[in-house]
Amino acid sequence: MLGQFDFGVIARNLPYLLKVGMTFTLTLTALVVVGGVIFGTLLAMMRLSSFRPLSIVATAYINLMRSVPLVLVIFWFYFLVPYIGAWIIGASTPVKVGAFLSSVITFTMFEAAYYAEIMRAGIQSIPRGQVWAGYALGLNYWQTMGKIVLPQAFRNMVPILLTQTIVMFQDTSLVYVLSITDFLGAASKVAERDGRLVEMYLFVALVYFIMCIAGSYLVRRLQRRVAIIH
Amino acid sequence: MPMIEIRDISKWYGSFQVLTDCTTNVEKGEVIVVCGPSGSGKSTLIKAVNALEPIQKGDIFVDGIKVNDPKTNLPKLRARVGMVFQHFELFPHLKVRENLSLAQVKVLGRRQSEADARGLKYLERVGLSDHKDKFPGQLSGGQQQRVAIARALSMDPICMLFDEPTSALDPEMINEVLDVMVQLAKDGMTMMVVTHEMGFANKVANRVIFMDSGRIVEDASKTDFFGKPRSERAQQFLAKILHH
Repeated sequence: MLGQFDFGVIARNLPYLLKVGMTFTLTLTALVVVGGVIFGTLLAMMRLSSFRPLSIVATAYINLMRSVPLVLVIFWFYFLVPYIGAWIIGASTPVKVGAFLSSVITFTMFEAAYYAEIMRAGIQSIPRGQVWAGYALGLNYWQTMGKIVLPQAFRNMVPILLTQTIVMFQDTSLVYVLSITDFLGAASKVAERDGRLVEMYLFVALVYFIMCIAGSYLVRRLQRRVAIIH
Repeated sequence: MPMIEIRDISKWYGSFQVLTDCTTNVEKGEVIVVCGPSGSGKSTLIKAVNALEPIQKGDIFVDGIKVNDPKTNLPKLRARVGMVFQHFELFPHLKVRENLSLAQVKVLGRRQSEADARGLKYLERVGLSDHKDKFPGQLSGGQQQRVAIARALSMDPICMLFDEPTSALDPEMINEVLDVMVQLAKDGMTMMVVTHEMGFANKVANRVIFMDSGRIVEDASKTDFFGKPRSERAQQFLAKILHH
């Protein structure tokens, strides 16, 4: 039965799949982790701020992003932002954002909401006394956050941040709605051209599976190494 | 001018009043012990001195600077007031050496080498120079608290606040911390100490303040306080903790 399948199609197209497809997927993942964690941490700090307006804005943003499907956000951003941009700068034609930049910004904004909730839990896990000790030594809010609270919060949360990143790595395949050639997109193009859908989609699933399993294993290893001695 | 002047302060958590019209002074070079039953507001009072706990009424001055004035540069003022906490609050992700130098570099603008040297000097003074490259979690409670004292001292404070510095320690570690504090008092440091260690109070305190339900019930010289406390509440308290 397996005779009718041609798994050679994978080998023949491997350079294309990896060089174009996987490179895009990994670049997007890397940019979004960095951007999302930074923006998410700021959102978490805003949400925990005693200044009400800041906290309300951050909470509203996080709740909005977390209650809307990612595909919708991708659509909105890709189709609406050129018009909003044009309206803001007063241009007569829609601003060209480009599929790549659009996907980076969309994923960063979306993932930041999830990273924010993780970082909020991380910040709240640091005892109040640590903040007091920082202030008592004369450190200001940003120094106390940057040198004392966030490094500890970040370390406590590394496993969950990475787990979220693994989920996000899989979610990047949703860029297919923008006809971007990520790993899945590349495989899908080959599959349709050569009429080898089963082989290609099996291969894609296997690659995602292996990368995510390896990722989870690394998270467990890392967890033991970064733990703070208490 | 007193080093610490607490003038008629009150504080509420919502509708619950934790401090009621507290007034006292700490003169330069004095050692004041604050005691009282738990929940009497001792910790809140001492945390109000460097504005870790905001107050709603009254005024606090440290070295003539009004703590509760919104215009006061609090980080600058706090850098001059050393504080030691019940649970040590060393930074667990930083080595002992980095715990000692962090604020010196960030707040006082000292060079790293200068800050390290000064931190090490105080670490030696509390007898722990061998542990400079360890993390706080690798030290015993008593050692951690001594590092915390060294950390406060390396900022060259004009006075020191101690918030129950020995109450989280195992009994056999209490004395090593008290010894450091007694030495500090003898060297002339201005100290405000929340503690139940009456032996310490007896040895070095100039005055003892007794608090109950958010009020300063008794503010007396050491001899008066241990001799014949005026308030019945303080008599009961002393009878209970000096029972054995």
